[in-house]
Amino acid sequence: MSDEALIVLDQVNKYFGPLHVLDDVNLTVAKGEVVVVIGPSGSGKSTLCRAINRLEPINSGTITFDGKPLPAEGRPLAKLRSEVGMVFQSFNLFAHKTILQNVMLGPTKVRKEKPAVVRERAMALLDRVGIGNQADKYPAQLSGGQQQRVAIARALAMQPKALLFDEPTSALDPEMVGEVLDVMTALAKEGMTMVVVTHEMGFARHAANRVVFMADGQLVESAPPAEFFANPKSDRAKDFLSKILTH
Amino acid sequence: MDVFSDPLNRDVYITGFLWILKMTLAGGVGALLLGVVLAAMRVSPVPVLRGFGTAWVNIFRNTPLTLIIFFCYFGLFTTLGFSLADDIDLNNFWLGVIGLSVYTAAFVCEAIRSGINTVPAGQAEAARAIGMTFFQTLSIVILPQAGRAVIAPLGSILIALCKNSTIVGTIGLMESSNAMKELINANGDAVIPIFLVFAGTFAVVLIPTGYAFGWLANRLAVKR
Repeated sequence: MSDEALIVLDQVNKYFGPLHVLDDVNLTVAKGEVVVVIGPSGSGKSTLCRAINRLEPINSGTITFDGKPLPAEGRPLAKLRSEVGMVFQSFNLFAHKTILQNVMLGPTKVRKEKPAVVRERAMALLDRVGIGNQADKYPAQLSGGQQQRVAIARALAMQPKALLFDEPTSALDPEMVGEVLDVMTALAKEGMTMVVVTHEMGFARHAANRVVFMADGQLVESAPPAEFFANPKSDRAKDFLSKILTH
Repeated sequence: MDVFSDPLNRDVYITGFLWILKMTLAGGVGALLLGVVLAAMRVSPVPVLRGFGTAWVNIFRNTPLTLIIFFCYFGLFTTLGFSLADDIDLNNFWLGVIGLSVYTAAFVCEAIRSGINTVPAGQAEAARAIGMTFFQTLSIVILPQAGRAVIAPLGSILIALCKNSTIVGTIGLMESSNAMKELINANGDAVIPIFLVFAGTFAVVLIPTGYAFGWLANRLAVKR
């Protein structure tokens, strides 16, 4: 992890109608840093994650990625998104394409790389997430955990500068959560910059550099995981932790 | 079946159905291409394109096909001098294909648009998230899935198009309905057999077409 900032959110505000989902949010993510965002449902953490690659436009404030403000639309925005990987709660693999095609699509269509080169890289990534032998299957033929690992490989195939995870394990059967978290933990150790919205407190404890706690659209607390879990400062965080950690 | 043992009558019958076949194929290709473009317009973020697509659908879907075909002949050809071939039959054929295409495209557009609604929003988000442009998202991810979802309704539209192409007979093309009328006029004693042969020919071709599209729809369905 370096001191150089990769993602900077400055006084970001976002409304869904009368609902203030992001309330003056300031957040800086350094290169190589792993930030885990936790908080109760409806606290704005998913919106925060999706705002970073502008899947959700914001109403005011600025978001800077790698020194440049987010482009509003068109090709510059598409180019930025190609540099920021995203992993969704519901996987969102392209249902009409095979696993291998899913991973190859971005590099070949967006970056116009040669298919032969991309195929090699895609297979290496699939092997890495443990799905190499399923490359010719379709998403619906795989389990949720396998699909999510493919989705991570698809994001990695673009060789992104950062990865965003929007509740990557929330739609999984319990026994499949571990296999996805293992892949994410390995990525974190290798120095990938990651913003992870999750309810997996174990992952937050052992893989995060920093835990960010959100409630009611506000970024309430930000601390290293050991400090946050041992001594939460705000009442909201104390209340939240007492509810999830007593079970 | 004395009527059809006469080679001249058989020729009228065959020529009539060949026109129908050609109009169905040409009109089908035209309507499919146009319909996909219209559907893309109707879901595009550009208001002018959306308006154009909506206007097209509302105008052509709600105008009787006979009027559209008449307009192609009396408006485009007779009044505006828009001629597509020197041969009178071929000219009428292409005028008919234009009318059939613009009319059927409105239905194709709506079928594909309903197919687009069956594709989960996450598919488009994932495409955008890896950096695809709007056009790439639509052509690589959304339309292939939308198209597979509406193969059966597209089959129904094709069947309707095939039968609708008899309307081009109103501007003088000797397609099957005109051919039937001619044979009936000359053979008043065999009206019902002639009718049954013409109607039966449509049924024999179109019933398997419907089943073929149903089979294709199952085979190409996107598993989720």
